[in-house]
Amino acid sequence: MKEQLTSIEERAKSELSGISDIKLLEDFRVRFLGKKGELTAILKQMGKLSAEERPVIGQLANKVRSDIEEALNARKEELKSKAEELRLKAERLDVTLPGKKTKIGRAHPLQVTLEQVEEVFLGMGFDIVEGPEVETDHYCFEALNMPKHHPARDTQDTFYINENVLLRTQTSSVQIRTMENRKPPIRIISPGRVYRSDAVDATHSPLFHQIEGLVIDKGITMADLKGTLELLMKRLYGEETQVRFRPHHFPYTEPSAEVDLMCFNCHGKGCSMCKQEGWVELLGSGMVHPKVLEECGIDPEVYSGFAFGIGLERITMGRYSINDMRLLYENDMRFLEQF
Amino acid sequence: MDLSMRWLADYVDCDMPIKDFVSGITLSGSKVECYGVEGDYLENVVVGQVKEIVPHPNSDHMFICQLDVGEGALVQIVTGAQNVKKDDFVPVAKHKSTVLHEGKTVKITKGKLRGEASNGMLCSLGELGLSVHDFPYAIEDGIFILGDDCDKTIGKDIREAIGFNDTTVEFEITSNRPDCMSVIGLARETAATFGKELKVKKPEFKGIDGDINEMLKVKIHNTDLCKRYIGAIVKNVKIGPSPRWMRERLRASGVRPINNFVDITNYVMLEYGRPMHAFDLRYVEGAEINVRNAKQGEKITTLDGIERELSEEMLVIADAKKPVAVAGVMGGEYSGIMDDTTTVVFESACFDGASVATTAKKLRMRTDASSRYDKGLDPHECYEALMRACQLVEELGAGEVVKTVIDENYQNETPLNVEFSADWINKFLGTDIPEAEMISILEKLEFTVKDGRVYAPWFRVDIGCKADIAEEVARIYGYNSIPDTIIRGVANAQRTPKQNFERKVKAAMLSMGLNEIETFSFISPKYFDKIALPADSKLRNTVTIMNPLGEDTSVMRTTIIPSVLEVVARNNSYRNPECYVFEMGNEYIPVEGEVLPNEPVRLGFGFYDTTDSSADFYTIKGMADGLLNAVGVPEAEYERPDENCEFAEVSAFHPGRCAVIKIDGKQIGIIGELHPKVMENYGIEARTYIGKINIPELMELSCDTKTYKPLPKFPASTRDLSVVCDEEVPAAALEKAIKKAVSGILESVTLFDVYRGEQIEAGKKSVSYSISMRSLEGTLTDDQADKAMEKAIKELSAIGAELR
Repeated sequence: MKEQLTSIEERAKSELSGISDIKLLEDFRVRFLGKKGELTAILKQMGKLSAEERPVIGQLANKVRSDIEEALNARKEELKSKAEELRLKAERLDVTLPGKKTKIGRAHPLQVTLEQVEEVFLGMGFDIVEGPEVETDHYCFEALNMPKHHPARDTQDTFYINENVLLRTQTSSVQIRTMENRKPPIRIISPGRVYRSDAVDATHSPLFHQIEGLVIDKGITMADLKGTLELLMKRLYGEETQVRFRPHHFPYTEPSAEVDLMCFNCHGKGCSMCKQEGWVELLGSGMVHPKVLEECGIDPEVYSGFAFGIGLERITMGRYSINDMRLLYENDMRFLEQF
Repeated sequence: MDLSMRWLADYVDCDMPIKDFVSGITLSGSKVECYGVEGDYLENVVVGQVKEIVPHPNSDHMFICQLDVGEGALVQIVTGAQNVKKDDFVPVAKHKSTVLHEGKTVKITKGKLRGEASNGMLCSLGELGLSVHDFPYAIEDGIFILGDDCDKTIGKDIREAIGFNDTTVEFEITSNRPDCMSVIGLARETAATFGKELKVKKPEFKGIDGDINEMLKVKIHNTDLCKRYIGAIVKNVKIGPSPRWMRERLRASGVRPINNFVDITNYVMLEYGRPMHAFDLRYVEGAEINVRNAKQGEKITTLDGIERELSEEMLVIADAKKPVAVAGVMGGEYSGIMDDTTTVVFESACFDGASVATTAKKLRMRTDASSRYDKGLDPHECYEALMRACQLVEELGAGEVVKTVIDENYQNETPLNVEFSADWINKFLGTDIPEAEMISILEKLEFTVKDGRVYAPWFRVDIGCKADIAEEVARIYGYNSIPDTIIRGVANAQRTPKQNFERKVKAAMLSMGLNEIETFSFISPKYFDKIALPADSKLRNTVTIMNPLGEDTSVMRTTIIPSVLEVVARNNSYRNPECYVFEMGNEYIPVEGEVLPNEPVRLGFGFYDTTDSSADFYTIKGMADGLLNAVGVPEAEYERPDENCEFAEVSAFHPGRCAVIKIDGKQIGIIGELHPKVMENYGIEARTYIGKINIPELMELSCDTKTYKPLPKFPASTRDLSVVCDEEVPAAALEKAIKKAVSGILESVTLFDVYRGEQIEAGKKSVSYSISMRSLEGTLTDDQADKAMEKAIKELSAIGAELR
């Protein structure tokens, strides 16, 4: 009987290694381990054995059974993984074929830049304030220390609706409205569309965007103006950015300053991009003129403040190396989808 | 303002590299636009002397010259010019030199001309980049024969020999500093910036005896517009060219030399920043000068030969009968200096800036004079300028100046002055500059500090408050030496609900694959025709620009739709296969009785897609749904527009494929397919779908607060239902009926098929819904679901939809 068991095990194992179809394994199991299988058939003869032999043979039979089961399971696993391997091989794709189209809308580059500037200022505690684009002469000029015939008006060629109403040439008008309505401390930026009578070309547009800022409080200094704008430039253009402040004249600020950015291309040496100057003019700024404060009912002996204005187009074009302003308003999909 | 560095050197030592000068002066407030050296394109052109000249053997109009150019051996050059003689000194462009030809640089190399060697070229003024204005004794179409005012050292670089090597610096002078539109003004800035000494002397002249009042009368009729008028008379005038140094400086400053008297007035204007004028006394009728307003319709032919009609607000200089000059703008042609002028009247006056500006603008003639006056000049400096002109007349030997001058309407006022406090300035700037340093800076700029006040020099008309003084100190101290600090104190900033809502709308549109566009707020009134607006549409009532650049940009848009269509059309014409766009922008709606229009925010959006044949009306409707969903508007109705439609732009839509979006009975938007006629108007070749949504109105109806609803615990029952009804029955009505019938346990109604065809009667459609029902209390029984379906079938039947 012992021999029988050993022979069954040997046969089973040799047969098993010959089975390559997973479906035939069940057949195998039935034949060897099933109720009517060979092993059961032998065990049925256990009764004929002596009391001494019985446990020995029983143990052996159990071992044979578990050995065959183990071998069967191992073979099953082996065949399964082989089959899976084959399937995976068959399912292989050309991963370089194009992906299925998903539409992603693109924000306009001007708006992308604007949002970034807004984030910088929100972080510094500046509210974002809006105001009308069609504006009165008062808010756009008079209240900004530019009475009629002021020579500085010449530099801002204005679209008029009638003698008293115009398209704002700057968002400073919003600052005046804010100063009239809010008590200091004031910290605001006013982004928006502004209009000047410039024909369209690569660097001019009759409509463009400005972001103007205003801070009014006790003890605001020109050093604060410098620190704030320097921070903005570093946030927008990176920590390595170098800026310089240069005296200028605006009727609504005193002292006034223009802020230049060191040319990215030549690092201040002078090249064709910066017209050999080494610096690129970026924004105008200054300490709010006492007359402007007075006009808005704020006592210049108690309060001081600074203001600045940035051209959104200019910084956007600089950041993305866009060389023609018209592209921003043409809205060609091939342009917009680059951002 | 173009500054001659040679001229500047008269008044201040400026012995630094030009780059340092340019950067230093820019940082103290006088911005340099660019700079350059005259004639820097000329290379290897020298002074040569003609030693021998013989006719060319093979030409009847050319000559062979032997020239001494300082190289020992003579150089042979062939020339076609007819004005060269033996011993003449001429500019010689040697082999491998560069000259100008018709405005472009050209290289000169040796060659042969009709068989004779020519080792270079003799140059005309034009080939050097000059004209007869620079050397009046030369001829235009011949070789430039150097005169006695040139350095005739043989072999010398021609630019040095004829003084054509000045450095010119172009400044952008701000409108508050007319004093810097002059050599002396910039010399003063240079001295203060670089700590140099300013060397300006009071101009003086000897003069001849005589009483000017016997020769000329001056009367100012409008003393508001003419704050001072000074006149001088020069007798025994000898008109001729001015000397080379004067011509040179004028040229470097961008002014063309004419004759000694015209040149003197220009020279003084450039040097002192004070416009002057010179009249020929012969043509000042009655020998009287009246500074008065023009009479309506009065005419004058100005120096540029153009007859101009004057109006009453313009100030003129008139003789007994007629205007002889437009004050501060330009002189008259007939009273100007001519070759036979014998007696000259010099005018140095102070005209009102705003008046000159208005006149110049109205006459469309901005001149060097008007652009100085219009910034506001002070009356005191007139005198110095006149003195300088008289001094120059004597220096040039151009005539005899009568000792006495006429000086009308001179008011000796106190100079502008403000409080001086070093402490205040430091607090304002955020600096720690010692008081002594501030005073030193101010004094360099010719301010005087006395008894706690600072007095501005006369020429500084821009000083009016303490901040002005702070700026003077700061700009010379150096803006970049002021520390950078961060504003003290905390502030809490946040976007407004409106700003947040608009950001949410934008995010929703982007997430649905639409690209954001930026269009102009002004449009052409023709666009209203393009979108087929009725002639009487209220949208045609616009905010209109008085002085537009062109009709295309002449009215503020009252609807955002044409702006979107322009972009769609442009992309279509560029053959872009698809175009999905949106813009959130303002419309500008005039309001009766208000000064300013309303500027409501509108969302305009639209698309065409030639790559997706399934894109249709329901695509744009899906976008509208998506947006409403994103901003928390749960229930919207879409209705075919009727006569109550509030959107006048409905004219641009396909009448059968257009819907008004209604929320709580309010019309907040319109979507649909573009009308074929409008497509044609725009030349769009792809079916286009557009929409407009009113943003503030939508914001009001949207819901921002959200409360969590528990997730379902029990399974849903789903039943499909197909009904047949008339074409005309809208799907919304079927849905409504189902909702009504299955209320309480209805989870969703989803349309999954609309069928028209063989198995259905003509004029009818079959509509199929999948209806999902669920109870919060327990699992629905089949019986409950069946009952609900029976009710639904009944409701549907009531509106003419029968179970299929």
